[in-house]
Amino acid sequence: MFDTLLQNLLNALQWGSFYSLIALGYTLVYGVLRLINFAHGDIVMVGAYIAFFISSLLLGQYAMPAFLPGWAVLALTIPLTMVLTSLVGVTLERIAYRPLRRKGANRLYVVITALMAGLILENGNLLILGASRKKFPEMIDKVVYKVGAVYVTNLKIGVILTSILSFIALHFIITKTKVGMAMRAISYDKFAVPLMGIPIDTVIVFTFVLGSSMAGLAGILFALSYPILDPYMGMSIGWKAFIAAVVGGIGDIRGAFAGGFILGTIEIMVVAFFPSSYRDLIAFSILLLILTVKPTGLFGVPQTTKI
Amino acid sequence: MKRFSVPILLVVLLTTLMGLAWFEVIDLYIQTIILFMGINIITSTSLNLVNGNMGEFSCGHAGFIAVGAYVSSILSVALFTKSKTFGAPLLPPELAAYGFPLVLICGGLAAALTGLLVAIPSFRTRDDYLAIITIAANYIIISTIINIDTIGGARGFMGMKRVVFAMEKCAEIPWMILWVFIFMVLSILIIRRYMSSTYGKGVEAIRQDEVAAEIMSVNTNRIKLVTFMISSGLAGIAGGLYAHTIGYVNPKSFDLLKSTEALVMVYLGGMGSISGSIIAAVVFTLMLELLRPLQIIKWVAIPLLLIIIMQFRPEGIMGHRELSDIFPRLKKFYKFK
Amino acid sequence: MTLLEIKDLTQLFSGLCAVSELNLSLDERELIGLIGPNGAGKTTVFNLASGFYQPTHGEIIFQGRNLAGLKPHRVSALGIARTFQNIRLWKEMSVLDNILVAQHFQLGYGLGSLFFRTPRYLKRERDIRHRALELLEIFKIDKFADEKPGNLPYGMQRKVEIVRALASGPKLLLLDEPAAGLQSTDVTELITLIQWVFDQFDLSIWMIEHQMKVVMSLCSRIAVIDFGRLIASGTPSEIQQRPKVIKAYLGDDQL
Repeated sequence: MFDTLLQNLLNALQWGSFYSLIALGYTLVYGVLRLINFAHGDIVMVGAYIAFFISSLLLGQYAMPAFLPGWAVLALTIPLTMVLTSLVGVTLERIAYRPLRRKGANRLYVVITALMAGLILENGNLLILGASRKKFPEMIDKVVYKVGAVYVTNLKIGVILTSILSFIALHFIITKTKVGMAMRAISYDKFAVPLMGIPIDTVIVFTFVLGSSMAGLAGILFALSYPILDPYMGMSIGWKAFIAAVVGGIGDIRGAFAGGFILGTIEIMVVAFFPSSYRDLIAFSILLLILTVKPTGLFGVPQTTKI
Repeated sequence: MKRFSVPILLVVLLTTLMGLAWFEVIDLYIQTIILFMGINIITSTSLNLVNGNMGEFSCGHAGFIAVGAYVSSILSVALFTKSKTFGAPLLPPELAAYGFPLVLICGGLAAALTGLLVAIPSFRTRDDYLAIITIAANYIIISTIINIDTIGGARGFMGMKRVVFAMEKCAEIPWMILWVFIFMVLSILIIRRYMSSTYGKGVEAIRQDEVAAEIMSVNTNRIKLVTFMISSGLAGIAGGLYAHTIGYVNPKSFDLLKSTEALVMVYLGGMGSISGSIIAAVVFTLMLELLRPLQIIKWVAIPLLLIIIMQFRPEGIMGHRELSDIFPRLKKFYKFK
Repeated sequence: MTLLEIKDLTQLFSGLCAVSELNLSLDERELIGLIGPNGAGKTTVFNLASGFYQPTHGEIIFQGRNLAGLKPHRVSALGIARTFQNIRLWKEMSVLDNILVAQHFQLGYGLGSLFFRTPRYLKRERDIRHRALELLEIFKIDKFADEKPGNLPYGMQRKVEIVRALASGPKLLLLDEPAAGLQSTDVTELITLIQWVFDQFDLSIWMIEHQMKVVMSLCSRIAVIDFGRLIASGTPSEIQQRPKVIKAYLGDDQL
């Protein structure tokens, strides 16, 4: 019993890592722009596909012959994917969100635009690549360690470690670097920041770069763990990660990180002890309960209204 | 004349539609599209009440549509038809024509109650937290339906066509056109009456400055609750009509994609504009059907089109205005309250 | 007759003391002022009195009734209305609608009669509308009834906000810096307006104001607070003499 619990907890950490990484992207963009970037889940999907193409290319499945060992391919795929995915995110911001912001549209119109952009990414993918699912290549051999009665794979450890490390890196960027401070400043007061001579658009672009590269990373890790890709894979996981970000306290990256792990844990535990069809029902009921008890989320600070 | 122009127009429109359907001038396919238009008008105007007028961001409208669809379908199938699940009809099937509106209203009430449950936790939260609560509620509702096996679970629930047949036994008229039309007009009337009353103007006040509203004697919590319940209740009625129009419901057809469609109609029409929501519902339904031959391209083309429209009209088709604001002369010809 | 009595009122904001052990009372038909340096906690006192904050400690008694635990809309229905430092009209609604909504406490119809347009509903709506138009007429702003407040000049918006507060039939009117942002000619007009309101309506007025001209010419009594504490209270001429007040406003070295 204890072993099962431990095993499940480990699985929960892995599953939660995906949510956390995605929730980080949501929360970054929300913190700076107060925009629910509903296309974010689909950016994760795009990241997974980019990783698929890069790794297949490097592994010699296309015109190019293979010249690198698997681990090197992985080591190259990760940064390349993050860069390319962040390009996608920034492009979205430039062509869809920014013009609308400039026109002073109600913030919710930007949210709807994000929803539409997500649909375009999903269905555009389906249109271009067809309905057949892609099998993500294996780049490193799976190693299973047995600790007591618990099985741990190298992949699992990798995923969990990566997410924790990226959180630490992100936390460093946000709290210690100049641009990170500018991001936080904008989330406090977006009117005063431009007056201080901070180029607001640069900061926004940087936010999208950070958020989307996190999404790209989540995409690779997800594809490594569950190597079947399909265009709709990002939709549901994106919605859920958003909820995780809110339960953690949206706008605060610690909240998003914690929220992701909480949602992951709840989902894995529900599936471990109940029929899997109860997953959404129980998981979301618990999340709603948390929000009812703590309306601003775990790390959120209640906003004081000034008169 | 001014008082009667709208009722006369509506009656003429209804009889024309029913006549065309009865004489089979328009085939079943076109009839279905017209029905969908009516249903979508209820969906968009009801969501507009919360997202447009009250300025909250509710993302899970399809959840309430699902509640209405299932409750009214189960009731009507159990009451008026012989089915595997519920056995012999509980009431004589001849009553179907009279019982149907009541069943629909029951579905609406059930959805309104669900709305109440969702709205209560949303009081303590602000801004986009309602978005989350409604998204979560949408997931929970669908997941609940999937886990109830007696109503078909993930396979869906059917048998509503037989209810329509039972109605047609009473009189051979296109019943669904009649009901969709009546309920569409009723829900617009309800929203219109609500929003033009001083009570309903409190909703606008909440959107523009909630603190000021509360301090100027507006019971903001109560109004939010009532508004949310009206909105979800009408969504439930739209669900009931939808279920009986296609004769079959499946939990998957009420997922967040359906909620997204409702959102699109509201923001395309313009926040807070009833006529905008109506126009957007019609345009959107037509767009979905006209682009059907494109198959998968449709789902790239429509969002793309919407993004482009929003770039050119970042406040929706109508903005925060009604038809009568744009063409003040119209006021001379009709009165609709 | 005492209208409002504030006893030992204390308000803490996460450790910060915004109002501390404030004792004050206001009689019926009195026009008094509340002054103090910036950040002294004046608006906080108003927020407490209008039910927007719940006091950490102490109580507010209005017409013999403790306001503890009442939501702002209930407080407003009891007869306390207010205006805001930075005008908070509903900017996208017409002036008339602004006045209508402020009468929410006395709608007197239910949802049922609303949807069915019963005679009761129609009569109440007519009455409310009539009252609103009457008020607009009294203040000679009926020509702006259909205008959006945002399109009116600032001084006029101030006036509309005062009318909106009066629409809820208050026994006590709280004015939070009514002269803020007004030009000097408008200030003179405002003084006349407030005096007129005080004479015409059966109410008490309590106002926060920085411009001494306004306070001195209107208020029969002035309360001065600094760091959330009452440091002086008395007639305008008395107040001006108090060393504590001068110190609070001008600092130590002036003495």
